[in-house]
Amino acid sequence: MASDMQTNISGQEAPHSSAPLGEIILETKDLTKHYGGVHALEGANFTLRKGEHVAIMGDNGAGKSTFVRQITGVEERTRGEIIFDGKPVHFAGPLEARNAGIETVFQTLALADQLDVPDNLFLGREIIKWKLGPFSILDYKAMRQRTLDALEKTGVKIPNIRGSIERMSGGQRQCVAIARTATFHSKLTIMDEPTAALGVQETAQVENIIRTLKEAGEPLILVSHNMRQVMDLVDRIVVFRRGRICADLKKEETNGEDVVAYITGAKTQAGYEDAA
Amino acid sequence: MADQTSHGIGGLTFDKSKRSWPNEFNVFLALILIILLFEALGQILPYMNNQSMLFDFNDARDGTILNMARIKIIILQVSIIGIISLGVTQVIISGGIDLSSGPLVGAAAMIVMSFAQTELVNGNPNPKAVFGAWSFDLPVLVPLIVGLVFGAMIGAINGFFIAFARIPPFIATLGMFLVCRGISQWWTKGQPVSFPTEGYAWIGTGMMPVVWFIGLAILLHLIMRYTVYGKHTYAIGSNEEAARMSGINVRRHKVMVYMIASMLAAFAAIVLSSKNLTAQAGMGQFYELYAIAMAVIGGVSLTGGRGSIIGTVLGAMVFGVIQSGFTYIKLDAFYQLMAMGAIIIGAVVLDQYRQRRAAART
Repeated sequence: MASDMQTNISGQEAPHSSAPLGEIILETKDLTKHYGGVHALEGANFTLRKGEHVAIMGDNGAGKSTFVRQITGVEERTRGEIIFDGKPVHFAGPLEARNAGIETVFQTLALADQLDVPDNLFLGREIIKWKLGPFSILDYKAMRQRTLDALEKTGVKIPNIRGSIERMSGGQRQCVAIARTATFHSKLTIMDEPTAALGVQETAQVENIIRTLKEAGEPLILVSHNMRQVMDLVDRIVVFRRGRICADLKKEETNGEDVVAYITGAKTQAGYEDAA
Repeated sequence: MADQTSHGIGGLTFDKSKRSWPNEFNVFLALILIILLFEALGQILPYMNNQSMLFDFNDARDGTILNMARIKIIILQVSIIGIISLGVTQVIISGGIDLSSGPLVGAAAMIVMSFAQTELVNGNPNPKAVFGAWSFDLPVLVPLIVGLVFGAMIGAINGFFIAFARIPPFIATLGMFLVCRGISQWWTKGQPVSFPTEGYAWIGTGMMPVVWFIGLAILLHLIMRYTVYGKHTYAIGSNEEAARMSGINVRRHKVMVYMIASMLAAFAAIVLSSKNLTAQAGMGQFYELYAIAMAVIGGVSLTGGRGSIIGTVLGAMVFGVIQSGFTYIKLDAFYQLMAMGAIIIGAVVLDQYRQRRAAART
């Protein structure tokens, strides 16, 4: 994938936030995942502060998605520690991670096709008018209103929120999935290739939502192949290579060419020599 | 950046002409068309003497221009299977299938009736008594509870194997199909169970099955449309993985779906045995298939996530009108079965065509 990257972009000119970063929200120590003999992830030490947006880059099979899957509890790690919000955590599944405050937008969209936008946005955490256990009465009006508010806030344009998701374009669906993440203020948002299958305009919308998250001071881990997007949106770039972190670069101090050199293995940052 | 207030991007705006009418409207149209077809046949076929199926302009008979007697029969004959189809509808919407409902009707009828017998029949001891003296003339609540608990139990077993043992619903309920048929024959070694108490006989007397059907249809409609339970049922049928990721307890929910379906089937058994004043081991034959057919005619998609109780009720009406219509134009029962089969296949073909067209339009 390195071949189609724009390498002439410099981090110096790119817009970046100067807001001070908060305390550490997520920290991994020696995070490791082996699939049998395959060392998909090896000793990843990573920190993320409140309000910080970090991109994870790397070639295919470098361990980006594996890294994310360990954090969100989709898979069980082989070794290592994850400290989230000050406490060591061991999520049994994505649901537990979500309940703890980690919202994830997966490559495969977790949307119910036959339901409309408010239904999807509030799936699993519906607003309730009367509480009657499993037969609690839904508050459709409130959910529709909050959906409109959320879409407006994130700048997502959907012609008819009452239409079922299956009738929408890939971009609109992605926007719904991301708007869902943005609606419920989470402690950490993770997006795995959110714009991989989208057109120019739809990508712009998704990026718009990410900026909204930045303004709201919500931390983000963005897995992306798109150099322009990364330079535009994040504060820091962490590069993975063959299952190891090989560089941790501040956006202001790097440029596209530099990042690609780390991705392809031409360069290895000091302190990460064991990844070479 | 696009402006923040208007909803519509890249020329995409809400176009009312692209909005399709609800599927239930199509089923309703089909119902009207089928009625018109039978009315036309009544005028065309030489041996029919210009009779009408649903109209009777001699309003001295029942005070309306409708043939109320026939309309009542149409609704009455679909209402018991209709009760089952309400439960089957939510099972299919959740992405499953329930084949066990027909035999469950047989088994539940046998068991329930055993708790609803009178001691004396015309002054003589009940010749069909199943249990001893303690089981005679029990309050009507006892057989009702026994039936619903039995249904809930069967549903829970179905649900357990489907949700926890991850057996395909088709196989799990097919197994239960045979088990229930076995139970219904084993219960009295094939003997019918008869002579219920007056209180029990009231449940299915006259037009009571219709009252139950309509009442339960309204209840199920409200549940499916306005409660968390309904929303989650649709979500699971639509995308089970997404439902799980969203924090829905999919396994527990599936068990509930099958329990409710089986409880409705058991209630149908109560109404049926009460209406017939007897329970027989062979009761409910093909009911599971008719119930599925009603749902499918009503636009419930077998792939899950799509359909409604209103659709199923309309589907049941289509079912009833066809059955009654064939009798009305004096065609034999085997033609009915053939036509019914063709209509079920036709309904699914039409529905899929409509889905594809709707998908192509956007």
